[in-house]
Amino acid sequence: MQHTLAVVVEDKPGVLARVSAMFSNRGFNIHSLAVGPTHEDGRSRITLVVDAPELEQFKKQLHKLVNVIKVQELEPSEALESEVMIVRVACEPPNRGEVGDTAALFGARMIDLAPKSITFEVSGTPAHLASFTDQMRPYGIIELVKSGRIAVKKLSDLSPSLVGGAR
Amino acid sequence: MLQSLEHEGVELIFGVPGGAILPAYDPLLDSPIRHILARHEQGAGHMAEGYAMATGRVGVAMATSGPGATNLITPLQNAKMDSTPLVAITGQVTRGAIGSDAFQEAYTTGLAMHCTKHSYLVTEADDIPAIVHEAFHLASTGRPGPVLVDLPKDVLTQTTNWVEPDLRGLPGYRPTSYGHPKQIKAAIDMIERAERPVLYVGGGVIRSGASAELLQFAETVNAPVVTTLMARGAFPDSHRLSLGMPGMHGTFVATTAIQKCDVLVALGARFDDRVTGNVAAFAPHAKVIHVDVDPAEIGKVRNAEVPIVGDARKVIASLLERVKALRDASDFPWRKEWFDQLEAWKSSHPLKYAQEEDGPVKTQYFIERLHSITNGDAVVTAGVGQHQMWASQFWGFSEPGTWINSGGLGTMGFAVPAAIGAKAARPDRLVYALDGDGCFQMTFQELITASTERIPVKVAVFNNGGYGMVKQWQNLFYGGRISASDLGTEVPDYPKLAEAMGCVGMRVDHPEEVDVVIEKSLAVDDRPVVVEVVVDPDEMCFPMVPAGGSNDDVVMGPEDL
Repeated sequence: MQHTLAVVVEDKPGVLARVSAMFSNRGFNIHSLAVGPTHEDGRSRITLVVDAPELEQFKKQLHKLVNVIKVQELEPSEALESEVMIVRVACEPPNRGEVGDTAALFGARMIDLAPKSITFEVSGTPAHLASFTDQMRPYGIIELVKSGRIAVKKLSDLSPSLVGGAR
Repeated sequence: MLQSLEHEGVELIFGVPGGAILPAYDPLLDSPIRHILARHEQGAGHMAEGYAMATGRVGVAMATSGPGATNLITPLQNAKMDSTPLVAITGQVTRGAIGSDAFQEAYTTGLAMHCTKHSYLVTEADDIPAIVHEAFHLASTGRPGPVLVDLPKDVLTQTTNWVEPDLRGLPGYRPTSYGHPKQIKAAIDMIERAERPVLYVGGGVIRSGASAELLQFAETVNAPVVTTLMARGAFPDSHRLSLGMPGMHGTFVATTAIQKCDVLVALGARFDDRVTGNVAAFAPHAKVIHVDVDPAEIGKVRNAEVPIVGDARKVIASLLERVKALRDASDFPWRKEWFDQLEAWKSSHPLKYAQEEDGPVKTQYFIERLHSITNGDAVVTAGVGQHQMWASQFWGFSEPGTWINSGGLGTMGFAVPAAIGAKAARPDRLVYALDGDGCFQMTFQELITASTERIPVKVAVFNNGGYGMVKQWQNLFYGGRISASDLGTEVPDYPKLAEAMGCVGMRVDHPEEVDVVIEKSLAVDDRPVVVEVVVDPDEMCFPMVPAGGSNDDVVMGPEDL
């Protein structure tokens, strides 16, 4: 089962290694990982998506790491999740209009245009990126790279798409 | 660095020098801190553990980079498993050389990641006072444990000004000390209603110094007490409420009381597999109250109806306060039926062994005689295996800090260096290592340290010519096929080996001579003593619950198999 964990840590060398080692020690696979600074000085936030069974005991062990300040599990239904994807699609000039129109529907931005391909950057929920990938697949995906997922707790009842899940 | 250690009140360091740590050794000559030169870093680590377990203070071990650091890994993991406060100081290659496969380089903080509570790589000398202060704070608070500080050689030679450190650097470390009042109340309600309660006391009670509170609490609520291997001495064995040690080689009454209890009060205990046996069959009728300073222990193995996160001493004190506020202690339920049952189990299933008058010496007999002759007034250490279990079973403990052994990790070779650390810490006490021949052969070179440093420990080597517990399992579960567990009895000649290391060597191989030899060993006070006790090679350790078996099926002796 997939879980999303938000771990606030001290921004110090070795912290990421300690956190990720907690997973590998137990044979859990990290599906996605994003690390970056937060609004507070000296704090980083690690967002992990892991394939693991029940995490209660594991979260306590994670909290025992001296540099870990806060551990939060984000249930998919109550989380605002986002990823960035760059995808290079095979596209000859005759197809450009069609591919471009589809991309526009997903709020994907063209960042490179070559004779035989277009490269898009798109961000949004994992589901949004998955649908965009599905739409582009028939044309031929040459290269695809995704950032780690980032997430925060949702505080309203609005659906993510209404508040800009697809930009 | 030395000034930081002095600031933490360090009086003893156990260590071995080497290239990368040389800059820290030089000022030791001018420091009031005494350095005890071990013969192997593993020995230094176990000495520091022995020191910590005998005093409750942080033990300090120092080693150089590379092999010095890797040799410390076993004591670090040992201290982690047994929650022993330890600070390890290691040298590292110069900052510029890190990662270059330099001479005596090892990725020490990486190696230590999983066998310490925390570890530091110091990159600027300015950080030393704060890091050393944090290391001691982490090692000694919350759930105690080992902390490693790795110091590159060029950091140790930087010039800096020492500044008074504070703890601003630990925003994520806030151990809970006091139990939640609501949970305290719930616990007392449950204990009050219990018909068959058991206090299951673990090493946390020793680490938090809660023995006095425990005694008062147990007497007030009138509940029997079992003490785990790590808690021996936390509650006096001679007390009417004491049932002894539970688990794989525990007393029948302790193990069975837990199986039949209706309320199990775990105090600083972690439901180790050596205590629970098959977890699914463990204490099947019990509601559990679990007190532990480490929130991750609660619910790890067994779900607790009343979880209480907090320091054992403070929580027991709060529980006691709550009981006293509730009612006059004298009208707490007396539970006669339960105590009658416990007494019946005690007398029907006692600890037993047979010392034949002319037969080989039994380890149990020697331990009982030593206890009797010394009135139990000694600190005893043990290695791991049969002799350790017999020591725990047959030594009547009366105070905390007098039983020093390797519980969680089961580190053979622990007894000799741990005894040296304990004796260095408590020169006023008799320190007797109870060791097996297999264990002794792993670390006996530290007796050279003991001789040189004039630390007069006593060591009894129970020589059964092999790894007794391994042999026992091979006899019971591997059809008697003895594979690689025979050490033979021809070499070494233990008394000669002892003499060569500057100790007094003795041998006893007849039960009649046991008392005389013990007296002789006690009479020596200027040197270490090694007493080889030639014991019955076929003796097995009982009671026993086979690994993974249910604690309902205690095997009392070979006749039960």
